[in-house]
Amino acid sequence: MKTGTDRVKRGMAEMQKGGVIMDVVNAEQAKIAEEAGAVAVMALERVPSDIRAAGGVARMADPRIVEEVMGAVSIPVMAKARIGHIVEARLLEAMGVDYIDESEVLTPADEEYHLNKRDYTVPFVCGCRDLGEAARRIGEGASMLRTKGEPGTGNIVEAVRHIRKVNAQVRKVVGMNEDELMTEAKLLGAPYELLLEIRSLGRLPVVNFAAGGVATPADAALMMELGADGVFVGSGIFKSENPAKFARAIVEATTHYQDYKLIAELSKELGTPMKGIEIASLAPEARMQERGW
Amino acid sequence: MIKVGVLGLQGAVREHVRSIEACDAEAVVIKRKEQLEEVDGLILPGGESTTMRRLIDKYDFMDSLKEFAQSGKPMFGTCAGLILLSNNIIGYDEPHIGVMDVQVERNSFGRQRESFEADLDIAGVAGDFAAVFIRAPHIVEAGENVEILAKHNDRIVAAREGRFLGCSFHPELTDDHRLTAYFIEMIKEYKQS
Repeated sequence: MKTGTDRVKRGMAEMQKGGVIMDVVNAEQAKIAEEAGAVAVMALERVPSDIRAAGGVARMADPRIVEEVMGAVSIPVMAKARIGHIVEARLLEAMGVDYIDESEVLTPADEEYHLNKRDYTVPFVCGCRDLGEAARRIGEGASMLRTKGEPGTGNIVEAVRHIRKVNAQVRKVVGMNEDELMTEAKLLGAPYELLLEIRSLGRLPVVNFAAGGVATPADAALMMELGADGVFVGSGIFKSENPAKFARAIVEATTHYQDYKLIAELSKELGTPMKGIEIASLAPEARMQERGW
Repeated sequence: MIKVGVLGLQGAVREHVRSIEACDAEAVVIKRKEQLEEVDGLILPGGESTTMRRLIDKYDFMDSLKEFAQSGKPMFGTCAGLILLSNNIIGYDEPHIGVMDVQVERNSFGRQRESFEADLDIAGVAGDFAAVFIRAPHIVEAGENVEILAKHNDRIVAAREGRFLGCSFHPELTDDHRLTAYFIEMIKEYKQS
């Protein structure tokens, strides 16, 4: 009997496919998310838009919040650790969190190295903007990927850019001759063996969700249309006027992402979604997606 | 050719499709209840059972799934799918589809860090089946007509009751298609009867 194998860690993410993972800050929100059909919740101290507004250093959530959420729902509970923060990750693992997000939404603890995620029994999800970044994270042991997008903005444009880029680069690798792969690995900054694997599989070896800017049911469906395996919704749900209704609508739009009549129906009278931010108005240092190496 | 449906609301749908095709049968991803009429048997995949239940209820799928079960066509539930088939879930007042006479406990091996791989002896299927358990349920009690196919540490993890097959683990996550092939044989037997 073996725990913490690649199959067990990546398999857990496979079970989440076609689903929505929602950011929650307390037990009450976690229950609303579960009730609405979320496949998992991300336990946080603040949702990304509040982290953005608060400024300062954003750290792992208070363990009490994580514990409270774990006690409130039977679906898996994820939590975020700072990039490279070995001890935050170990604490979350020791608490029995089901998945750790080594996340650029929090202030990085290490500006050179990510966690060696192979070392842990708990699986990790990491953000990516392109195939090089995706492959480096898988190389370090990430069992699941997500686009970075631009968290806490309610603006889907960056997530669209990232999913298109990763998928276009995967298609390119799949179509390449083997003798071209080493140079491609060099250009992407990606492990060569992983590109060989992607080429033979015809896809990434782990699940890739969309994240960072999903604010409406149509946004969620758009990301599925572009080839995401599922959707993370951060600030979008509990910053909207009617979170329960909004959460249900996003779940259904993700499942039936090509049923446009249904999505139109779901989108009626949802109330005001979160207020968005134009990306160009963000100073470069305020862009969370630039964090990660 | 045998047509096998995979309930496609959420979860490891693609993997089951791949496994069905590897067994030389045709796979149909079922997203709408009308599609159930097209298939000879149905797989309920692994995923989150609470999420699947919400989506089943939302689209009046439940009655169609129960009718499908009553029609005698075989059904196979893996992990969350086993929970959907069970007629008694510990801690819940009501079952979901509730057609298989087994009592199940959700997440009974623990949280994700306790998820594991183990080799299983599955009666009539394989003596050396590499099984992947992810936040898995197990069968606490099985009715008298239920054939127990596999145990892990004395817990029942695979069983069959007539045309219903259920397991705690995820055969779809490996390249071993013998359990899927076993289910497809069940469908062939049904079609011949």
